[in-house]
Amino acid sequence: MAISPPPKRIWWNEPVHGVEIGWIAVTVLWGLFMFFFMIAWHFIGQQNLSTETYRVQPHAYQARVEAFAERFKVGEENGTPVVRPPAGEDVYILARLWEWWPILELKRGQSYRIHLSSVDWQHGFSLQPTNINISVHPGYEHVITLTPTETGQFGIICNEFCGIGHHRMTGRIRVTE
Amino acid sequence: MANDGDTASSTPEAAPGPIPVMQQVLDSPFLLLFLGVTLPTVLYLIWGVMEIISVPLAD
Amino acid sequence: MTAIDAGAIGVAGEAPARVAKYRTCRFTGLRIEAQAEALIKVNAVAAVVFLAIGGLFGLLVALTRWQAVHLLGAEWFYLVLTAHGANVLLFWIIFFEIAVLYFASAVLLGARLAAPRMAWLGFVLMVAGALMANYAVLEGNSSVMFTSYPPMMASPWFYLSLILFAVGALVGVAVFFGTLMVARQEKTYDGSIPLVTFGALTAAIIAVFTIASGAIILIPTLLWSLGFVSNIDSLMYKLVWWGMGHSSQQINVSAHVAIWYAIGAMVLGARPLSEKVSRMAFLMYILFLQLASAHHLLAEPGLSSQWKIVNTSYMMYLAVMGSMIHGLTVPGAIEAAQRRNGFTRGAFEWLRKAPWCNPAFSGMFLSLVMFGFIGGISGVVLGTEQLNVLMHNTLYVPGHFHGTVVAGTTLAFMAMTYLVVPLIFQRDILWPRMATWQPVLFGIGAGGISMFMMGAGTLGVARRHWDTTFTDAPHAFEHAPGAFLMLGLNGIFAVIAAIGGIMFVVNVVASILVGPKLGGAQTRPLTFPLHQQAAEAASTYGSHATVKLPGTIILVGLFFSAFVLYYFVNWKYLSELWLFR
Repeated sequence: MAISPPPKRIWWNEPVHGVEIGWIAVTVLWGLFMFFFMIAWHFIGQQNLSTETYRVQPHAYQARVEAFAERFKVGEENGTPVVRPPAGEDVYILARLWEWWPILELKRGQSYRIHLSSVDWQHGFSLQPTNINISVHPGYEHVITLTPTETGQFGIICNEFCGIGHHRMTGRIRVTE
Repeated sequence: MANDGDTASSTPEAAPGPIPVMQQVLDSPFLLLFLGVTLPTVLYLIWGVMEIISVPLAD
Repeated sequence: MTAIDAGAIGVAGEAPARVAKYRTCRFTGLRIEAQAEALIKVNAVAAVVFLAIGGLFGLLVALTRWQAVHLLGAEWFYLVLTAHGANVLLFWIIFFEIAVLYFASAVLLGARLAAPRMAWLGFVLMVAGALMANYAVLEGNSSVMFTSYPPMMASPWFYLSLILFAVGALVGVAVFFGTLMVARQEKTYDGSIPLVTFGALTAAIIAVFTIASGAIILIPTLLWSLGFVSNIDSLMYKLVWWGMGHSSQQINVSAHVAIWYAIGAMVLGARPLSEKVSRMAFLMYILFLQLASAHHLLAEPGLSSQWKIVNTSYMMYLAVMGSMIHGLTVPGAIEAAQRRNGFTRGAFEWLRKAPWCNPAFSGMFLSLVMFGFIGGISGVVLGTEQLNVLMHNTLYVPGHFHGTVVAGTTLAFMAMTYLVVPLIFQRDILWPRMATWQPVLFGIGAGGISMFMMGAGTLGVARRHWDTTFTDAPHAFEHAPGAFLMLGLNGIFAVIAAIGGIMFVVNVVASILVGPKLGGAQTRPLTFPLHQQAAEAASTYGSHATVKLPGTIILVGLFFSAFVLYYFVNWKYLSELWLFR
């Protein structure tokens, strides 16, 4: 039994149940498939999270985001600037206690280099209802080339716990034709 | 269990030959401990730390 | 086993290394040493106490997420959520695991416990750590969640408490290894260690890596909270912390798989289909299971795709292969035993006529099914490099690990407790009918919690989030109405699980305190008879290629279909997202 030592001193040479051999074959093949599918998706898929990352001082990052917002600002919403960068431009999003800053207006089908970083604690970039979720760290600048495929108003919520205002931390991305 | 002390589960018979290598490996707790700590330390921790250290500075 | 015991007692009588007191169990013939027994008792009791505390906190969390109830305020919610994580994810589980390690080494090998004084010291450290952690959290300055990601800082007591607890656990693990050596030297068993002990060994090895990772990161973090270190890199912390945070859950997996085998053996006389296959499956755990710590770092910057793919796939899914093998051999061994017991009609007579009234069996089988279908499948999907972006840090993540740790581990540990009470505490279960229903109720609750949290997460609801309606947020956002339905159902099933949990705690505590004594010369039968025909099943050695296992084949076929289907459904969701690279 499983709670007593194997009765045969040499159990390694015991025959293996046929069902077990068949199932092992299935699991090995399925494991290999899942493994290589992850690699394959880097070539055939359109959704692969970039790993382009730079070390950055939080205050230096904040200065760049502010310069970016200043340059392409088109309005304001509840005190947050609304920014409309041209297609292909580097776009900056700043995470801090407790907001995603600024509000972006993007064009459908255009690609943007989105820079993501935090100036204080860790935050979780969660674009809703699309459901794209990316971790945001202070001191690390993550660059993602993003292409919106649908129009409308999207919310950014925070899904990494960041203190008592965590559930108030929101932002916005609008996508137009 | 008390009630299975019959023929089959009495003392294991003497080994009829040399014990296969793989069984010896599985019978060595400290070898397994070494492997089970080293592998994740190298593949997960050390490799991961190297990647984080090698993140370049922003210009 | 009786023969082995007889021999072993002879050896111990000749040259005891230390005066150790033994008794022989009337039900199993196992030789049980007094110190081992006492330590199993105290660790099991501590485990149940922290389950009760942590479970209560969990109910408060679920009732707050249920928008119609929304029980707690924000500050209390985050505080209680932190306490919930620490109490159940660490304290309940690890105390019980230490009990399992002592059981699998000292009791199953008929040996004395190595260094019982050290074992007591470890226990005291763990209790001190657990109490200190609760103090630190309830005091209010450490609502940092179980993960305590810097730069958010908890009070130094919080980090210190976790370090104390971990050191205590490490001492327990060392005692386990020492006991293996003692048993081998004193020849209390012949040949290889039992499969269940091998499973416990797997858990112990993973525990060493887990605790080492914890020490590497928590000690500098403690110094940081005391002001001796100026900065903790948030990404580095996350990498090393998850070496502890996720691997600690892999200890659970190994331990509860060992328990599945143990209950199959103790209740039904099931024996592994082949020792080789089951042990190789555990070896895959030893080598690769810890790599899955990377599941929490798939949405991070700064780590390459190569690192992510190798680690998240547990080296080409070899550890998943291990789990899937156990998923076949555990029910396969039960089916084989039952068929030898004479339940041979159709594909499923063996399962229908299994001892479902025995909570040890029903709990174990429900744990097996739900761990596979809910926790296992969702875990692999969540841990796929690209698919992770769909669910990272949403409520899907707690949904997944309630499927593994609650429906899987906790239910298996509860099932085992129904054997530990008569065998180790030598008390009968006080309310057997309540015990019969308890695993079912708790299982339904735990399964529901997992599924509905996963559902809410799929709809984008964030984890660790007090206000899903974003009432006070500067830029309003509204989740799909379905999300609130899911959260409501989650609350209802949490209540069901809580009732099941209370039934467990009350029944076990009452049985330990005032249950009918099973000791002495009196030969009362157990209220849960170990399955009557187990004797016959156990009389012939397993690995019979002749026994057909149609029921098990159907079960794993069903499992595999669900797995493949769900895997591809998620790739389809992913392909519909915005494009990013």
